[in-house]
Amino acid sequence: MQSFFKRAKSLVMSLEIIKGILDAEYAEKRNSIPVFGAGDTINVHVKIKEGNKERIQVYQGVVIQRRNPNSMGESFTVRKTSNGIGVERIFPLLSPTVDKIEVVRRGKVRRARIFYLREAKGKAARIKEKRS
Amino acid sequence: MLGLIGKKIGMTRIYETEGKAIPCTVVELGPCVVSQVKTIENDGYEAVQLGYGDVKEKSVSSSMLGHFKKANSTPKRKLVEFRSFDKSVSLGDTLSAADIFADGDMIDVIGTSIGKGFQGVVKRHGFAGVGGQTHGQHNRARHPGSIGSCSFPSRVFKGIRMAGRLGNARVTVQNLKVLRVLADKNLVIISGSLPGSKNSYVILEK
Repeated sequence: MQSFFKRAKSLVMSLEIIKGILDAEYAEKRNSIPVFGAGDTINVHVKIKEGNKERIQVYQGVVIQRRNPNSMGESFTVRKTSNGIGVERIFPLLSPTVDKIEVVRRGKVRRARIFYLREAKGKAARIKEKRS
Repeated sequence: MLGLIGKKIGMTRIYETEGKAIPCTVVELGPCVVSQVKTIENDGYEAVQLGYGDVKEKSVSSSMLGHFKKANSTPKRKLVEFRSFDKSVSLGDTLSAADIFADGDMIDVIGTSIGKGFQGVVKRHGFAGVGGQTHGQHNRARHPGSIGSCSFPSRVFKGIRMAGRLGNARVTVQNLKVLRVLADKNLVIISGSLPGSKNSYVILEK
């Protein structure tokens, strides 16, 4: 039993070491990202490289989930309906291709992952705005 | 060949400027103590013995304690010999990650793979199993099938791949890139995965 706790402790310690080394490097990037969550409508400014030219494309949609919070692999999924077809894009939060994130509208939802939006049509697919 | 002993900490990822995410492993590397320098006159071959990882004095035999005392060091848990060490070192020297490795180096990593226990041929040797679920077959989907001929040779040849213990063996992974050396923390970030579990010892060779 003692060895179990010892092992658990060392594993937690190794997690902290990993977090510690890269956190400082990506702290600036993380701080520049506004607070957003499922239900919010956001603009994601994505860097796109075409040959030698680089331009920025804005992708607007509703955030339906955020995954692996506070880790290097944190990502979020943005859903929008383009010409009647549902489109979902997954962005790594700390990726250099994600130039900027803007929150357009805060949505009021009851769960962290709003996958029901995929099946919802018409009136059911609306999200109420959060009143602050 | 140069090398050091380290401990696998775990995995994370780093983003390149183009947005590519590189999976990478963090290794605590050193500081290692030169516990013995073997010479042709004394030992018949040249090698450098390095020690890594602290251990309580009471759990080390008195003969080993004497060995460490010669090198003027505290007892170490792991001792590894490196043949043809391309760096002149003397007994009792301390080597840290930055002394040996630099960013961008290509290295080999040796570790002990995670033990998988007694495994069948599908997992252990990549056999495809015995076909599908039809044609009367119902109870041997993951079996090896035939292991040889009939009355000639009337035996099974040596070396036929069968079920057995998998993992817990020495594994070398070649040509991994050192992404970063964090000298102040004695940590190294290596691209890709390494053999073994977290907190297991790994040997890095250049």
